[in-house]
Amino acid sequence: MSLSDKISARVQAVPRSGIREFFELVLAAGDVISLGVGEPDFCSPWHIREAAIFSLEKGQTSYTSNLGLLELRKSIAKYVAAKFHVQYQPTTEVLVTVGVSEALDLAFRALLNPGEEVIYHEPCYVSYNPSIYMAYGTPVTVETKIEDDFALRASDVEKAITPKTKIIMLNFPTNPTGGVQPKAELEGIADLAKQHDLIVITDEIYSELLYDDREHHSIAALPGMKERTILMHGFSKAFAMTGFRLGYACSPPELTEAMMKVHQYSMLCAPITAQIAAVEALENGAGPVEKMRKAYWHRRNLVVSELNAAGLSCFQPGGAFYAFPEIRSTGLSSREFAQRLLEEEKVAVVPGTAFGTAGEGFVRCCYATDDQNLATALGRIKAFAARHRVS
Amino acid sequence: MDPLLELLQQDARLSAEQLGAQLNRTAEEVAVEIAAKERDGTILGYQAVLDPEKANDTGVLALIEVKVTPERGGGFDRIAERIARFDQVVSCWLMSGGHDLAVVVQGSDLRDVARFVSEKLSSLEGVLSTATHFQLKVYKQNGFLSHASSTGGRLPVSP
Repeated sequence: MSLSDKISARVQAVPRSGIREFFELVLAAGDVISLGVGEPDFCSPWHIREAAIFSLEKGQTSYTSNLGLLELRKSIAKYVAAKFHVQYQPTTEVLVTVGVSEALDLAFRALLNPGEEVIYHEPCYVSYNPSIYMAYGTPVTVETKIEDDFALRASDVEKAITPKTKIIMLNFPTNPTGGVQPKAELEGIADLAKQHDLIVITDEIYSELLYDDREHHSIAALPGMKERTILMHGFSKAFAMTGFRLGYACSPPELTEAMMKVHQYSMLCAPITAQIAAVEALENGAGPVEKMRKAYWHRRNLVVSELNAAGLSCFQPGGAFYAFPEIRSTGLSSREFAQRLLEEEKVAVVPGTAFGTAGEGFVRCCYATDDQNLATALGRIKAFAARHRVS
Repeated sequence: MDPLLELLQQDARLSAEQLGAQLNRTAEEVAVEIAAKERDGTILGYQAVLDPEKANDTGVLALIEVKVTPERGGGFDRIAERIARFDQVVSCWLMSGGHDLAVVVQGSDLRDVARFVSEKLSSLEGVLSTATHFQLKVYKQNGFLSHASSTGGRLPVSP
């Protein structure tokens, strides 16, 4: 008997994540400076950790409501109203999840019938395509391009719409490009969704990390969109709480109820300690968030100017904490670039192809790392690029 | 606060080039602005922040609460400035609450500080009383934790 034959055809068909593959190479290489992470270098702010510790001391270790602690849902509704300018009912329109990753899985499983299509943009976070596929949906890719600063053109989305299209999936600011979506293009996509009666799922996890006085625009806030949008957000990035694994989805009651069904029978509820910590983050976390945002902003300026000086053309990303330089001047593929940079200079970056085929010719450099490491890594990348320049 | 000053307060050793790169400004602009801020007294100085234990600093530090009589015309300023000028005084602040001035004094040992308090501070005209508290251990200094454990544990690559 071969155990691999027992694996479902659908799971067999999902390739291993390109990031995991690369992760093993990095581990084997030993002492490297890593710009390969997708999380803050800051520890969760102490006031948040302290609130979590205190809740454990008090013995708050039980299940919570399937939807999440009401106190947290109220805080979320207040925060979302202030930041995204959309009002949600904490009792019926907010679902607390184990990260945005779970929220995505819930949404796809709650909405998709086999063969229905989800339009999403690449390069993108590694889970979108497999999550759609494992929920029996059909992923349909639209490329975002460097000449548009990796914004998504409504006209490209329109071309991808078929009678089977059910969902448009957005992620701005974007991992891995740091791209943001101009309001006009967002409005174009909203019009398409209304015209073709589509649901929009929008992962806005990086919305707090915007630079150069940019303002965040959520598609959920556009006229007529709240009733067809699932807005997802979480605590990992802005509040540096990745390990707490906490996110949420805001949507009309029917959609929240449907996602809740899946959540209830799979996850039951998000961990209570994380939920209590999240209340503290929302109520008192604005100061530390701003402090971290400023640090990322300073590093972004440094990284982008140094990469360009190294001859790796890099656009100025408006948000998140990634730079996405083009590496074609070296004549190497993304994969070769990342692998040889690792071997020759002991610096880890992620090949753009880990985020979809549209990422060929680019690598992702996460600048959420301390200033000294960053300076050293940039120095090494410069030396590497100089050695490998073809043109 | 000015973003340049904020960065300098975090790390005063950053060069004008490094500061400029982080702020999207040229190194020359930054250097000119720093020089101006030094001249006009916005920037008072630059120091290393040490862990006294590891630096083998055997000296003592005391926080002295001082009550004084304010002067007609001069208020607290004249006496406070007079106290602040002593080399032993590291910091001197006018406070709200039960006393008027908080004076941080550095000495080579306990007796050294005691001598300063009794001979110099208490004997100043206008000083009504002093209460001296000695520092026993440093847990955090100017925003830096001493004995800080690393907050690492991140995986080298993640999505």
